[in-house]
Amino acid sequence: MKRIAAIFLVGLGLAGILLAQGVLSITGAGATFPFPMYSKWFDEYHKKNPNVQINYQSIGSGGGIKQVTEGTVDFGATDGPMNDEQLKAFQEKHACAVLHFPTVLGAVVPTYNIPGVTGSLNFTPEALAGIYFGKVTKWNDPLIADANKGVKLPADDIIVVHRAESSGTTYVWTDFLSKVSEEWKNQVGKATAVKWPVGLGGQGNEGVTGTVKNTPNSIGYVELIYAESNKIPYGNVRNAAGVFVKASLAGVTAAAAGAAKSMPDDFRVSITNAPGKEAYPISSFTWLLIPSKISDAAKRDAIKGFLSWMLSDGQNYAEALSYARLPKEVVAKEKKALSNIQ
Amino acid sequence: MSARLRWRKFVSAFMLSMTGVCAVVAVCVLFFILGYLVYHGGTSISWNFFTRLPAPVGEPGGGMANAIVGSAKLLFLATLIGVPVGFFGAIYLAEFSGTATAFIVRYAADLLNGVPSIVIGIFAYSLAVLPFKHFSTFAGGFALGLMMIPITLRSTEEFLRSVPISLREGAMALGAGKWKTIATVIVPSAYRGILTTILLAFARVAGETAPLLFTALGNRFWSPGWSQPTASLPVAIYNYAISPYEDWHRQAWAAGLVLLALILIINIVARGILARSVSVSRS
Amino acid sequence: MATTTTIVPSGGPVAGSRSFLSRLRDGDEIARLITFLFAASVVLITALLVYELWQGSALPRHQFGLNFFRTSVWDPVFDQFGALPFIYGTLVTSAVALLIAVPLGIGAAIFLAELAPLRLSDTLEFFIDLLAAVPSVIYGLLGIFIVVPLMRNGIQPQLKQYLGFLPLFKGPAYGLGFLTAGVVLAIMIIPYIISVSREILLSVPRDQREAALALGSTRWESTWKVVVPFARTGIIGSVFLALARALGETMAVTMVIGNTPVISPSLLSPGDSIASVIASQFKEATGELYTQSLIELGLVLFLLTFILNGLARLMIVITSQRGSGTGLA
Repeated sequence: MKRIAAIFLVGLGLAGILLAQGVLSITGAGATFPFPMYSKWFDEYHKKNPNVQINYQSIGSGGGIKQVTEGTVDFGATDGPMNDEQLKAFQEKHACAVLHFPTVLGAVVPTYNIPGVTGSLNFTPEALAGIYFGKVTKWNDPLIADANKGVKLPADDIIVVHRAESSGTTYVWTDFLSKVSEEWKNQVGKATAVKWPVGLGGQGNEGVTGTVKNTPNSIGYVELIYAESNKIPYGNVRNAAGVFVKASLAGVTAAAAGAAKSMPDDFRVSITNAPGKEAYPISSFTWLLIPSKISDAAKRDAIKGFLSWMLSDGQNYAEALSYARLPKEVVAKEKKALSNIQ
Repeated sequence: MSARLRWRKFVSAFMLSMTGVCAVVAVCVLFFILGYLVYHGGTSISWNFFTRLPAPVGEPGGGMANAIVGSAKLLFLATLIGVPVGFFGAIYLAEFSGTATAFIVRYAADLLNGVPSIVIGIFAYSLAVLPFKHFSTFAGGFALGLMMIPITLRSTEEFLRSVPISLREGAMALGAGKWKTIATVIVPSAYRGILTTILLAFARVAGETAPLLFTALGNRFWSPGWSQPTASLPVAIYNYAISPYEDWHRQAWAAGLVLLALILIINIVARGILARSVSVSRS
Repeated sequence: MATTTTIVPSGGPVAGSRSFLSRLRDGDEIARLITFLFAASVVLITALLVYELWQGSALPRHQFGLNFFRTSVWDPVFDQFGALPFIYGTLVTSAVALLIAVPLGIGAAIFLAELAPLRLSDTLEFFIDLLAAVPSVIYGLLGIFIVVPLMRNGIQPQLKQYLGFLPLFKGPAYGLGFLTAGVVLAIMIIPYIISVSREILLSVPRDQREAALALGSTRWESTWKVVVPFARTGIIGSVFLALARALGETMAVTMVIGNTPVISPSLLSPGDSIASVIASQFKEATGELYTQSLIELGLVLFLLTFILNGLARLMIVITSQRGSGTGLA
């Protein structure tokens, strides 16, 4: 019994030490798409402000929306803006609004693992919709082959990988497919989670990348940085102007340029299949979801402090991690919107 | 020897050796798991693993210090909840209760014991996360504690019951009250068994992942106090294993090795304690 | 298990014979009350759990009724939820697991109980108990990095080549899927089958097998035709126990099943199980109906394991009472 008592005492002591740190701990959860960016930001911000630590868990955009609505996290994050119904649900539950703050821009790329193919394949929107619809089942299907003359494609089955849980990456991907394919729009639709006609589910951007990397003849869709940092090939996608564009920061910025000028006040805007020759068609803003009323003053100040740092210095970290920084107009507009958090 | 008998003998020898093969295969799995974990985990384990916080996503390096401490805190809470309830509940069952109440309590405990861990997770989420409006170490510890209760309760009761009746009668004859008998005679003589039970229950929940997914969530930093989300070894293994980063895979192996070593050591110690008590009572 | 447990008459006339006051003075009544509160809390928690699951799934129960179990559409966009693919996945993976684990486990149990010298048997049993203590997430880790590549590159292409004409082995070799999840589950439940079956076999009275041997049976015949049938109910009970565990298994399955709600006759196809869909979607489910549908799945899982556990316990008790009368916990 003495031994057990000793263990308890040690435990309590441990608890005391940890309590004594006096750090303001803020919890956020949501999108996996900007997870590398956020974890870098929160790390850097913690270094600059040791008394604020922001714990971010990448549980998927659907999770970000759900948990911020439930009030179990201080802020959420999503790659697909909340729809009107979800905004209303939040309003009813908390008697305040939830605000969208764009943080960076990213691109979703079709990534694949075909033994013997190392270069970038060209994908038409029709080919991507066909593959994800289960109509294009072999790699040497004319829909793919015609756009890739000179590449030797195998006659193997295409293994389709998608996200298992609800996610903003899925939102961006299905938003794009809905814009380019009527059939997709009517039968599957756009959302953070959909009923997939075919394929395997991977958990998170990490899980999809992992599955594609480990599975020959597979195709998946992931955030650009996941493809780059894991050195798996990703394809060029034909944009609205008819040009095959390889995902790049410049391409994303080009897609955002149009939206920046006509940004709505609530920042909810889709930039997939944007016009312009350079525009990469599967681009998107990614947002933090912040309640407009935060009763804990310390938390409110910390979150606002982080946001204004993120909009200025924080933006400088974006390129190194393959995210496109926000257009100047958007930054200015967001800085004004900060005062809406009370 | 007739051909038929020879055939029967052959069948007998063959089938019996097949059963041996089955046993060997089953045991080999353990050594394979251990070997593989030691091989992969051992080469990845380093001082940093125990002392550092996780590095930002995609950057190599960093460790799991916060997950190790987080697991310790979760298990501490779980023990705080699971052991008293299990222990005193078992005393009630073994010493005080009538048959009908005992039946209900035992039935409830068995039911709870059979509940899949993921369902415990849902339960703890709606009971300890939603009302408090945050994921927390407390909620995670609560979920694990719930799982400890039935394990502790049922085997503690067995051990209490196995205390020879002569000991009780002796104490009672000396005029000791019931509670005094329990506290001074019965519990001390079942002490080793109870300790084993607690250790095994502890080891059992130490590796539980599913109940923590929606309760303790995770944390990339130290988790201050008890009301913040916390990292834990099992959840870290899960998250790192399904990630695409080589370095995270490496750390998942290391964490797997640490976790498994902890669990197996506790198991071996617990069984050692019990074995000693058996040999003591036999001599 | 040779030690006999002494059953102490609980409550007991001894306590009753002393006056209430003296019992109070000794703290007996207080102790009784305190321990009662702890015991009652166990009942309370369990009741609360059932209540939460029931209450938490009211919406889909009313909206879908029994159709919840008959439809296979799991569509968060249009708020249609059917549990069939998950129930199917749970049953298929468990069936694969049993197919592998039952012969192996019972074989090993026979060896340990009938053939191996006691010392060896105890040593092996010790290792097998350790195997049962390995946590699920570790099996998942090994599953992802060992079993999945092995399936994808070795076993599944072979199955397709030689047995590809069967609908069971059609489609691309993903590596992840029903078969892989079943194999990982099998590895996880073998220790349970071995441990419990061994206890049961050991509880079969010695004279049974000696009589068979005396009548000229070979060792195998006495085991297979006398001892095993005698212990049959208990062994089936051990299998049920293992099955209950397989049904509720979460992490290892989530990591290797492919997380896709599909009903496919092919074992190579990715799928999803009840436990794994809860693990991967519960945190993220937006909207009440979606969340509550997942809770209803939890309720289904709870009921399934509850029934199986009950049956298993019953069978084990029946067998061990038929044996030497030594009780099994």
